Amino acid sequence: MNLTWRRIVLSLSPIWAVLTSLLLGAGLIIAAGANPITAYYAIFMGAFSDIWGINSTLLKTIPLMFAGVAVALAFKGGYFNIGIGGQIFLGGIGAALAGLYLKGLPPVLHIFLAFLAGFITGGVWSLVPGYLKAARGVNEIITCIFMHFIAYYFLEYMASGPLMELGAPAPMSPEIAKSAQLPIIIPNTDVHLGLIFAMALAVILQVVFKKTTIGYQITATGLNPTACRYAGMNTVRNIIILSFVSGGLAGMAGASEIMGLKHRLFGSMPFLYGLEAIAIVFLAKTNPIGVMIGSLFLGALRSGAEMMQRSIGVPTDLARAIEGFVILFVAISIALPQWRPDWFKERIDSEKIN
Amino acid sequence: MWEIISSTSFLVDFAVAVIRMTTPLIFAGLACVIAERCGIFNIGAEGMMLAGAFVGAVGAHFTGSAWIGISFACILGIFLGLLLAGLTVTLRANQMVSGVTINILSLGLTSFLFRIIMGSATTQILPELETWSVPFLVKIPILGPILFKQSPLSYISYAIAILLTITFFKMTWGLSIRAAGEHPRAVETAGINVFLVKYICLVFSGIFASLGGAFLSVGMVRYFTENMSAGRGFIGLTIVIMGKWHPMGAVLAACVFGAVDAFQLRMQAFDLGIPYHFLIMLPYICGMVAIAGVVGRTQEPAWLGKPYQKED
Repeated sequence: MNLTWRRIVLSLSPIWAVLTSLLLGAGLIIAAGANPITAYYAIFMGAFSDIWGINSTLLKTIPLMFAGVAVALAFKGGYFNIGIGGQIFLGGIGAALAGLYLKGLPPVLHIFLAFLAGFITGGVWSLVPGYLKAARGVNEIITCIFMHFIAYYFLEYMASGPLMELGAPAPMSPEIAKSAQLPIIIPNTDVHLGLIFAMALAVILQVVFKKTTIGYQITATGLNPTACRYAGMNTVRNIIILSFVSGGLAGMAGASEIMGLKHRLFGSMPFLYGLEAIAIVFLAKTNPIGVMIGSLFLGALRSGAEMMQRSIGVPTDLARAIEGFVILFVAISIALPQWRPDWFKERIDSEKIN
Repeated sequence: MWEIISSTSFLVDFAVAVIRMTTPLIFAGLACVIAERCGIFNIGAEGMMLAGAFVGAVGAHFTGSAWIGISFACILGIFLGLLLAGLTVTLRANQMVSGVTINILSLGLTSFLFRIIMGSATTQILPELETWSVPFLVKIPILGPILFKQSPLSYISYAIAILLTITFFKMTWGLSIRAAGEHPRAVETAGINVFLVKYICLVFSGIFASLGGAFLSVGMVRYFTENMSAGRGFIGLTIVIMGKWHPMGAVLAACVFGAVDAFQLRMQAFDLGIPYHFLIMLPYICGMVAIAGVVGRTQEPAWLGKPYQKED
């Protein structure tokens, strides 16, 4: 294999990572006693064939896209924000508080303030590991996970304690004010304005990365923090800001769930560390536009998997197993270009000589 | 309430609970100690524990023997260690990314396989792992039942900690491991295969983490639930730092977390007016405080986290 070929194959790595994952997923489907072709057909049809499928796919895509943008920003700057889940919960709490306690505002202002509240609560939650990383050199992966668990139980407490609706059958808050609810953008569905906001954020982030000095600084810090320090950048300050903004964007995922879909704060949200978002960002190689495509892919996989469980009985957790495989193979494909085993090195050398 | 707390039976019960909560953390801590001593962050310890808990539970469920389940978990640990080594040592992939990959993969696969393998048997109680009593010593009042009547896996965890201490500080082998984490080039110069050292360490790291997981499912609660490791692998990473990369230090740090965990469980039983959510949070809050307070005051292995490229 010559070097040009190698480059082409590697640039297509997200595609082969997905294909390999689907292939291994097929193995799991067989283990579950079903036919993989029937199962994947059921997933695809479930996600796209009718308005209900598309509705469910897009609703699952929206929070993934917000969270994906948040993770992409952090990863680009070399900050492994894997506490996305906790920041989503806190953002949901912030937006719910703004939606419940601010009254008599015009909708535009109320929606803005509720998003802002979600952004700030999520961002502040993320500042704790960010500050510890920047100022004290504490590994953010450990602290992010601790903060995630604390947030998880805090959400449960808020929904079953101070914010719980009197006489509600399960931990949930009263409905937030109508003026804080996001409008529906596709008639006859539940798809709300959050979709437009998430897509806009992805585009803005792409422009920031490509066109602005701050975007360049973030990318450079991610690639080589030591060099950036020597070049006079304030990397400590940059990491703190990065962790705040990334946590804030994750908070918006929680806010848009509450304001657009649930309209109440529930005791749990279906996010496990926000790991899904990490799968998306891996797939997209931290490219924001790629994040849009990746979140649609995982959103479709999840909504389709629900249909598949109903029609042929394979558990929806299949989607999560496939997400795991995707991350594994993308991680391998990122590492492979740097891999120089002896036998391969010799071959490259001989190719150079010829 | 105070009469109950100060009674002997309560205290004995509490001490037994501390030991029970400590054992999986010791395994997690030792898994991280051996990995970090050779220079690799095992962020994947959490996923390895979860996978060990799952395979241990499935093995015990289908063979009817807790010990066969535990040996299945060990075998799985070998493979997970090899996977981590393949990613971080051979492919020189980013260690954070590799660990996170293992965690996510483990979470997805265990949830899926649990549904299809156990199916309706999800609440079935697993075969019991009987406690071992040390003859004669168990008859000592108060201390006997606390220290000399424990799960066999607890004794195994102490034995591993002692063996690791001897290996690290009294044997040439241990010197190679420590040197691989401090100055791998020196190890290479001495004619020792650095990659081999790291592979062996990570295989043991995988085994320890999986054993810790198997203790959770087979040894402690006798069933498997989704995501049952609940962050213990990450507590393991904190334990290493608190224990200053020493196996015995890790055991002590694990005891602190075990005590916090046992304490919050006991407190939930009393109606103190504190919402139970805040009690469950306690171990994680302690983790935050511990890691924020300790990091920077201890010396980590110099080559920790960096990939090593062999000399040409």
